[in-house]
Amino acid sequence: MAKIINREVMAQGTIILNEIQAPRISRKAKPGQFVILQADETGERIPLTMADTNPDKGTITIIYMVVGKSTARFKDLKVGDEYYALIGPLGKPTHIENVGKVVCVGGGTGIAVLHPITRALKEAGNEVTTILGSRSYDLLIMEEKMKAASHNFHICTDDGSKGHHGFVTDVLKDILQKENIDLVVAIGPIPMMKFCSLITKEKNVKTFVSLNPIMVDGTGMCGCCRVSVGNDTKFACVDGPEFDGHKVDFDELAKRLASYLDDEKKSLEAYEKCKLQ
Amino acid sequence: MADKKQKKIKVPRAKMPEQDPDVRRRNFNEVPLGLTPEMAIAEASRCLQCKKPSCVEGCPVSVKIPEFIKLIAENDFSGAAKKLWEKNALPAVCGRVCPQEDQCEGRCILGKKDAPVAIGYLEKFAADWERKNGSGEAPVVAKKTGKKVAVIGSGPSGLTVAGDLLLKGHDVTIFEAFHKPGGVLVYGIPEFRLPKEIVASEVATLEKMGATIECNSVVGASVTIDELFNEGFDAAYIGVGAGLPRFMNLSGENLIGIYSANEYLTRTNLMKGYLFPEYDTPIARGKNVVVLGAGNVAMDSARTAMRLGADSVKIVYRRSRDEMPARAEELHHAEQEKIEFVLLTNPTQFFGDENGRLTGMECLKMELGEPDASGRRRPVPIKGSEFKIDCDLVVVSVGSNANPLLTNSTPDIALNRWGNIIADPETGKTSKKGVWAGGDIVTGAATVILAMGAGRAAATSIHNYLTLGW
Repeated sequence: MAKIINREVMAQGTIILNEIQAPRISRKAKPGQFVILQADETGERIPLTMADTNPDKGTITIIYMVVGKSTARFKDLKVGDEYYALIGPLGKPTHIENVGKVVCVGGGTGIAVLHPITRALKEAGNEVTTILGSRSYDLLIMEEKMKAASHNFHICTDDGSKGHHGFVTDVLKDILQKENIDLVVAIGPIPMMKFCSLITKEKNVKTFVSLNPIMVDGTGMCGCCRVSVGNDTKFACVDGPEFDGHKVDFDELAKRLASYLDDEKKSLEAYEKCKLQ
Repeated sequence: MADKKQKKIKVPRAKMPEQDPDVRRRNFNEVPLGLTPEMAIAEASRCLQCKKPSCVEGCPVSVKIPEFIKLIAENDFSGAAKKLWEKNALPAVCGRVCPQEDQCEGRCILGKKDAPVAIGYLEKFAADWERKNGSGEAPVVAKKTGKKVAVIGSGPSGLTVAGDLLLKGHDVTIFEAFHKPGGVLVYGIPEFRLPKEIVASEVATLEKMGATIECNSVVGASVTIDELFNEGFDAAYIGVGAGLPRFMNLSGENLIGIYSANEYLTRTNLMKGYLFPEYDTPIARGKNVVVLGAGNVAMDSARTAMRLGADSVKIVYRRSRDEMPARAEELHHAEQEKIEFVLLTNPTQFFGDENGRLTGMECLKMELGEPDASGRRRPVPIKGSEFKIDCDLVVVSVGSNANPLLTNSTPDIALNRWGNIIADPETGKTSKKGVWAGGDIVTGAATVILAMGAGRAAATSIHNYLTLGW
């Protein structure tokens, strides 16, 4: 179980795709839901929102960026290897309905999370405009799939290597000025989600974001993933992972994500040293 | 008879050999070292072998206490362990975590004039002896009935239900959301109080009896109860525990360094954060730690913090010493390990630095007023008594609410207004045909043995259903 049957390296080796055998999860999962993975018995439990599911094949797809020891261990798993633990589908699915005109904004591995949501919004009859951003064009993932899932499509790069030379927020602002947009979905790095939400708030356009706080169990039991949404504390694992972008305290979320930065660095260094030996 | 009593009382109650407090407060090894066979026999000889034993009435699972103690006194330790098994699938666990002073030992006649028989120590002794020296055989199960039962949750109540139904010849599959079975026995109760190899051994016994254990299965998410019935299960038992940790809704509660007890203990015990970086899951090592609450979980958290290298650990509790709900032994052990009790004190807010890390908290002094609904005197704030405690780690241990993950996916199970499952107190039957529930998801946070008692009752009722009908 939880065997990797397909693996792709993306974005110059910084992002990895795994298609994993998980018949039960693939049958149940809906866009926006996540799984928790553990590479081996001594590993950490890592939440990842699913990029795709294939109930006929009985597989799910995850796409992750290699940032610390746990994802470095994931990266070392080859086709045919199994994850020690895989649970899901967790969290609330995205609420999909035909609202009219939708803008989907994605950055980094957030694009992977955004993909099934974008596709579902298009299938539900919305007119979908997608804006994808990355530091440089060679780090952008899933361009073709996202293009296929959208009616209108924009790319932004920080270095100008493709599309608009600048941030996704520039294009988003532009679209909001020209058109009446009914919904914005922003999924990516925290600053991207924060600034998209600030822009849409000015225009009073409903916006949801998908959050990625640190989790342990992923079933509501530990409260590690708590986020401030308006005046409430919510657990991203059971109340989310999607929330109203106008209400999320992104600064608190960013700080909490840095809770174990020192430990994570130590852990990764030790792992790399160990691999060299 | 009077002479006999007098003679027996002369043997003093056994004193459990323990790791020295100054040593153990910095390691995760088990605190009590266990009775020697000689000590166990001497302690067992103190039992009066009452004809109508009130100790048994005090036990939620009616362990045959005088019988197993007699076997110890007769040097038949293996026989004693098997006698325990007749009523209790987890004696090595119960000997360690039951609040004996409120149950069996609290009823012991000897306790009226002297100290009660150390029933808990003897239970631990017999179960440990069998695990280490026994033949490894599992209890004999009855002929297969062909009926299949799904047990959801592998904590103390689920394991009890599984053990009882396996004995009666039913097929049992246990579904566990985590990657290891044992529930609170594995993620919650620390290694120094309940070594995890003991839980693994008790679970292995159930597997020898034929149990199938499916870890990484979140019933309610990966599969629903109705789907389990469609897959061929004849009955289901829900023992998923209490679930959602409660916070205090105070300003600053999401600062880095404030944990729920669930998270703090899960990181440490299940994920083995205390062995970081050998294990990947980190756990904050606070220097000045405050634990909010005074139950067993709070004591576990405080003693864990001490073992993770804290300079000071304070229990902050709004009532007085007499109201602290933890077992007497846990309070005693915590004090021995230099945990401070800051009583009649309630937190009001938390302070942090520019990086969102906890630096301290403000508290108010309390005094006891009139008794409240729980019969305990209500703590009332003393005006103007605010004071600050510097701390870099706070563990909130003020109870849990019911987790809705499973019940949301099973709308035909009736819940009370707090989201706990409504189950018949005698049988554990829920409002849904073929489904039973017990333990913390029914009662709210309680003890291991009460959950086991609920499991025992439900197993009997499930067996009746499978053989006679609903």
